[in-house]
Amino acid sequence: MPCEGDHDDGGVKEMRTRMGFTGDEALAYAAKQSTVDVVSAYPITPQTIMVELFSEYVANGEVDTNFVCVESEHSAMSACVGASLTGARVLTATASQGLALMHEMMYIASGLRCPIVMGVANRALSAPINIHGDQSDMMGSRDCGWIQIYCENAQESYDWTLQAFKIAEDPNVLLPVTVNLDGFILSHAMEGVEVLSDEQAKRFLPPRRLDCRLDPKNPATIGALCLPDYYFEFKKQQDEAMKQVPAALAKVTEEYMRLTGRRYGMMDEFETKDAEVVLVCLGSTAGTARSVAKELRARGKKVGLLKLWLYRPFPSNEVADVIAGSKVVVVLDRALSFGAPYGALCQDIVSTMYTSRSKPLISNVIYGLGGRDITPSEIGSEYEEALAAAKTGVLGEQVKFVGVRE
Amino acid sequence: MMVVLKELTTEELLAPGHRLCGGCGASIAARLALKMTRGPTVVVQSTGCLEVATTIYPYTAWRVPYAHIAFENAAAVASGIEAAFKAMEKRGAWKEHVDVIVFAGDGGTFDIGIQALSGALERWHDFVYICYDNEAYMNTGIQRSGATPHGASTTTSPAGSRIPGKAEWKKDFAAICAAHGIDYVATASVAYWNDYMTKVRKAIEVDGPAVIHVLSPCPRGWRCDTSESIKMARLAVQTRFFPVYEIEHGKYALSVKVPKPLPVEELLKSQGRFSHLFKPEHEGEIGNIQRRVDANWNRISSLCGEVQK
Repeated sequence: MPCEGDHDDGGVKEMRTRMGFTGDEALAYAAKQSTVDVVSAYPITPQTIMVELFSEYVANGEVDTNFVCVESEHSAMSACVGASLTGARVLTATASQGLALMHEMMYIASGLRCPIVMGVANRALSAPINIHGDQSDMMGSRDCGWIQIYCENAQESYDWTLQAFKIAEDPNVLLPVTVNLDGFILSHAMEGVEVLSDEQAKRFLPPRRLDCRLDPKNPATIGALCLPDYYFEFKKQQDEAMKQVPAALAKVTEEYMRLTGRRYGMMDEFETKDAEVVLVCLGSTAGTARSVAKELRARGKKVGLLKLWLYRPFPSNEVADVIAGSKVVVVLDRALSFGAPYGALCQDIVSTMYTSRSKPLISNVIYGLGGRDITPSEIGSEYEEALAAAKTGVLGEQVKFVGVRE
Repeated sequence: MMVVLKELTTEELLAPGHRLCGGCGASIAARLALKMTRGPTVVVQSTGCLEVATTIYPYTAWRVPYAHIAFENAAAVASGIEAAFKAMEKRGAWKEHVDVIVFAGDGGTFDIGIQALSGALERWHDFVYICYDNEAYMNTGIQRSGATPHGASTTTSPAGSRIPGKAEWKKDFAAICAAHGIDYVATASVAYWNDYMTKVRKAIEVDGPAVIHVLSPCPRGWRCDTSESIKMARLAVQTRFFPVYEIEHGKYALSVKVPKPLPVEELLKSQGRFSHLFKPEHEGEIGNIQRRVDANWNRISSLCGEVQK
């Protein structure tokens, strides 16, 4: 339903529009407003809605996008790399096994500095086969050189998709981005999403500036063989590009804030300033955790929440600044890292805090695998236990499985 | 219309100085094909000899825009490039038509790349796919592929005292491609340069996908002298071991007629990869191969409407 906007854009008050979207649809709608030249994708639950809706836009002539409906995710990412090198703005989407099948190509997309945006409806990995939400898929590709953003709700799915293209295509960055949505919880749940008009979106994100690296007038060899004498330098440069992400992200999110009033960044904090216990998580669980933290705050408990939007590059210094003042940090991982000391997110938090002057106790909660819900009471118990540990200075289990039958 | 030697461009879009072996059929296949381009062209390559030996950073032999992405996906990459040029043209960001040519070896085509190729043919992308077939994974050290002929000794189908080299027979790749209903498929041999080059131009001019399967000897893997590459490529045709034909709109036509074929033994004895077939313990294998060659030739020439003799 349109309503009057609080923020003006270029001096002209524009009407705000709210639409009912699932997370998948919100991503597809943002893509529709992003002048995407090529979409290459392969269907997989729970990502399918993204590509189905986008196909409808193509079928109805609402976009000029060339939709390449390929025969596998491996080919989807391969076609995306080819199209991106040609200079096109490129989108794909996948989940779970599809992401795993793309794994090889994800390193090549980042190594060749292709600013592709990929929606990932996070889903468990086989075996046993399971189509529901957890973050094992993306965690398996966390070192592939992609910028990785996690969304809490459908609004964020819309907002981050528009911003993702702009961050990816920043000339100092030129790296691909994944926009992660928890499978089903976000991909399929309908919410109200405030959207920009097509004109506003186009002003924020104009068509991709022509950057054809396969230009017949200026022939270049892409994907050359680099032996020990040069390979390392390429990888170092790629790492430098990754380091440019926070600055690019700050610029883009600031511009987006001026346009929409919605402020994004590397992370989102709730009552962390004086918190004795900070819970850290990714994705939709932050919504549940925030409501629990609110209740506990109302009862005078000093608890806070740190939700990371940006997982790669990992905002180590900023995370340390937020949690260094707390006594206990509870890190929620919706994925297992078999044989490792902690879940993936917790490993990053622990290594970040090792060099911090103050060292809060850190406990790791593994939860929600294969789409199992985590309840407010379970999160409440974790907060309570951590508050107790904050008093005694002693943690119970370092890594704990919550919500699983023993 | 056949290519005429004196009308060929002297421009070398595959520059000399690359590091392919002397006598490498792949370099000949790529060089000749690039003389047939009709305008702006992008080359896509699958991982393989031709790629590793021509693009050792910071050098490159390619005077055309060139993309190598991975092993199994050259056709998918070409799909993306073709789709991107079309999309950018549609929004006015790109003006000229660009032809897309893929070069991929037999491993990257018959085996690991067949899915991506099948998908790209089915989607009808406008590109030319040239499979340079040296009949094994030569880049990694002569391992057998789906294109390796029966009886050839490779490092993963070695001739032993019990097993006489590769037990299986070569895939009919041209038929697989033709089964997609595409407008143009051809086989060729680098020994018949004008036939091959004519076919390349024909393939480029097709509006849609086109495939050329070109036999490209590898002296290292075939165990023959580097000076004998072209001879081997000719012998394969003259023994009817590798029929050269085209399939236009589903219609087969023989390009090189072989009215008086040499016995296949002539080819087998000239290449070290078949030398074990002449040992007493493998007696009968040469006869098997000859029968298979005859049957395949009869099948192809019958499809081509040739009168059987």
